[in-house]
Amino acid sequence: MAIRERLSGNEAVAYAIKQINPDVMPAFPITPSTEIPQYVANYIANGEIDTEFIHVESEHSAMSATLGASAAGARALTATSSCGMALMWEELYVAASDRLPIVLALVNRALTGPININADHSDSMGARDSGWIQIYAESNQEVYDNFLQAFPIAEHKDVMLPVMICQDGFITSHGVENILLVEDDKVKEFVGEYEPEHYLLHPTEKMAVGPYAVSNYYMETKRAQRQAMLNAKQVILDMAAKFEQMTGRKYGFFEEYRMEDAEYAIVIIGSAAGTCKAAIEEIRATTGKKVGLLKIRVFRPFPEEEIAQALSHVKAVAIMDRSEMFAGSCGPLGAEVRAALFQAKSQAEVVNYFYGLGGRDITVQDFMQVYDNLENIANTHVVTGMYDYIGLRER
Amino acid sequence: MIQDRINEKSPWQDITEGNKIFEAATSKEFCTGEWRTFTPVFHEEKCKQCLLCVPVCPDSSIPVKDCKRGEFDYDHCKGCGICAKVCPFDAITMREGK
Amino acid sequence: MSKTVEIRWHGRGGQGAKTAALLLADVAFKTGKYVQGFPEYGPERMGAPITAYNRISDQPLTVHSNIYEPDYVVVVDETLLESIDVTNGLKADGAIIINSQRPKEELLPLLNGYQGGVYVLDAREISIRALGKNFPNSPMLAATVAVSGVMGREDFLGEMRQSFQHKFAKKPEVIDGNMMALELAFNQVGC
Repeated sequence: MAIRERLSGNEAVAYAIKQINPDVMPAFPITPSTEIPQYVANYIANGEIDTEFIHVESEHSAMSATLGASAAGARALTATSSCGMALMWEELYVAASDRLPIVLALVNRALTGPININADHSDSMGARDSGWIQIYAESNQEVYDNFLQAFPIAEHKDVMLPVMICQDGFITSHGVENILLVEDDKVKEFVGEYEPEHYLLHPTEKMAVGPYAVSNYYMETKRAQRQAMLNAKQVILDMAAKFEQMTGRKYGFFEEYRMEDAEYAIVIIGSAAGTCKAAIEEIRATTGKKVGLLKIRVFRPFPEEEIAQALSHVKAVAIMDRSEMFAGSCGPLGAEVRAALFQAKSQAEVVNYFYGLGGRDITVQDFMQVYDNLENIANTHVVTGMYDYIGLRER
Repeated sequence: MIQDRINEKSPWQDITEGNKIFEAATSKEFCTGEWRTFTPVFHEEKCKQCLLCVPVCPDSSIPVKDCKRGEFDYDHCKGCGICAKVCPFDAITMREGK
Repeated sequence: MSKTVEIRWHGRGGQGAKTAALLLADVAFKTGKYVQGFPEYGPERMGAPITAYNRISDQPLTVHSNIYEPDYVVVVDETLLESIDVTNGLKADGAIIINSQRPKEELLPLLNGYQGGVYVLDAREISIRALGKNFPNSPMLAATVAVSGVMGREDFLGEMRQSFQHKFAKKPEVIDGNMMALELAFNQVGC
């Protein structure tokens, strides 16, 4: 029987870490992820786990130490947010290129400029090209479940890539919600022991990690790295299926909510998806309009064809971005979903909205407005405000 | 030799995971002596065996045995000339070419 | 309780309004509800006005926005009545619960003509009487449960006693005082 609990998102991740009992956790505090290493440090101090906690002087060092530990053969992880992750930038790429199965508990927060501590995807979206697998969560339950699947995905021999488990700062990280926890012994069995094939502390095998690659080798190395990301798709689905067997909770690349007959769809990432679901229920109950939601769980690897397929029958789509990318046109999710739809020769009308930047709240009413907009666009085939904002004050 | 397995003709499928190298001291197989345009010449009769030349060599190309240096390792010496510069006894001179 | 009950707490940083919201989530959770308890997200400073929220329901909760049209508003610090529009969005068939020593008539003019239920509780006096110290949280929590009816009196008191027994395992002498504070508050709002 699952354990019925109520935890904040940070508590849920820390609890998952406790259940996994990884080998090494270097970490440096930054709001809103600070509680995660705090809770883990408590578990260690209380003798509940024997993870080696490394106190470091910066996030650059936190990720460097995590890399070193992982290359040495340890199951290693860290946690951060926003500018903390920005300071890890160099090591993010190194972790992926060196094929180290590190897990990062990322609590999404706006990157500074202006300084802000609230939920926004600019940190992880900025790192979308770093070669990390990225898995996002709507709720505390999902971030916990995703975290339990992270090491098995990362350490799979066909993958061997670092994994970022993302949740929205404060909204889920500091909000207490009901959650179903998996029993310790089941977690141990699901996650298993890490038995790396190659590692620096191997008693007999000689090994060098991270050698210089001249242009004669760089491109082939990157192509091989891409293959790992492509392989990750099947492994992510396999782990989700195994997880479903254990818990009954179903996961995939994305969740399709009331999409079976949907004419108007929203594509979104993270905690706001739950608010969108409430809007869908309200609209369907009061007007019968066929509205649905595609909530992206796995952004890297990007399930391009699957997304296009899931949206193939809709008349209009609103892709909603919680971060700017200053292309002057679209946001990161907007760009990639539009490309997927174009490739699939989709006839759907598409708009791309920015919402929730720097923690700006988004409500059920906001989502109802978005569905109204979509209906208008589908009826008139006139798209005004293709790249627009939800909740922006305007003159 | 590592070059037999991975070299500049290797397709991407043959590249090791993360470019990892499963051998030690593979630099020995890489003959940087090929690059040399000037060559140090060792004049043993002038050498006092002070060994100042040994630690300054960037390519570890001056072998030492029983506290005495021997002939250059021309497979790896790039001919930079630092040894000749530090030698107080003119026991190393530079000659043009390999 | 068929629909979701939404509660907004107003307090000042350090007074424990957020803790009270989390406590309410805790106790409602223990009676089998789906709960949310969360602060208004931002840097918290001692003395600054803060807002915290609860959603309590028999159904799973998915909405992750703040609460703009609460069923109940709880004001832990009455000085906020002067500076914040605490009844903003408060449903007409809902209620506001205020911690104050002043009579209700004196507070009404500060509520922007709010027509719903107004409950005034002297949480300070109750806390000092029951515990000898000013911890307004427990009485305000009890009053909120009483007024909102998110759970029955006996369920609430039973769960709270268990929780105090756990929390104060090393100083059981304070359990009765805390329980008394809850009961006094329950009685005073008269629900």
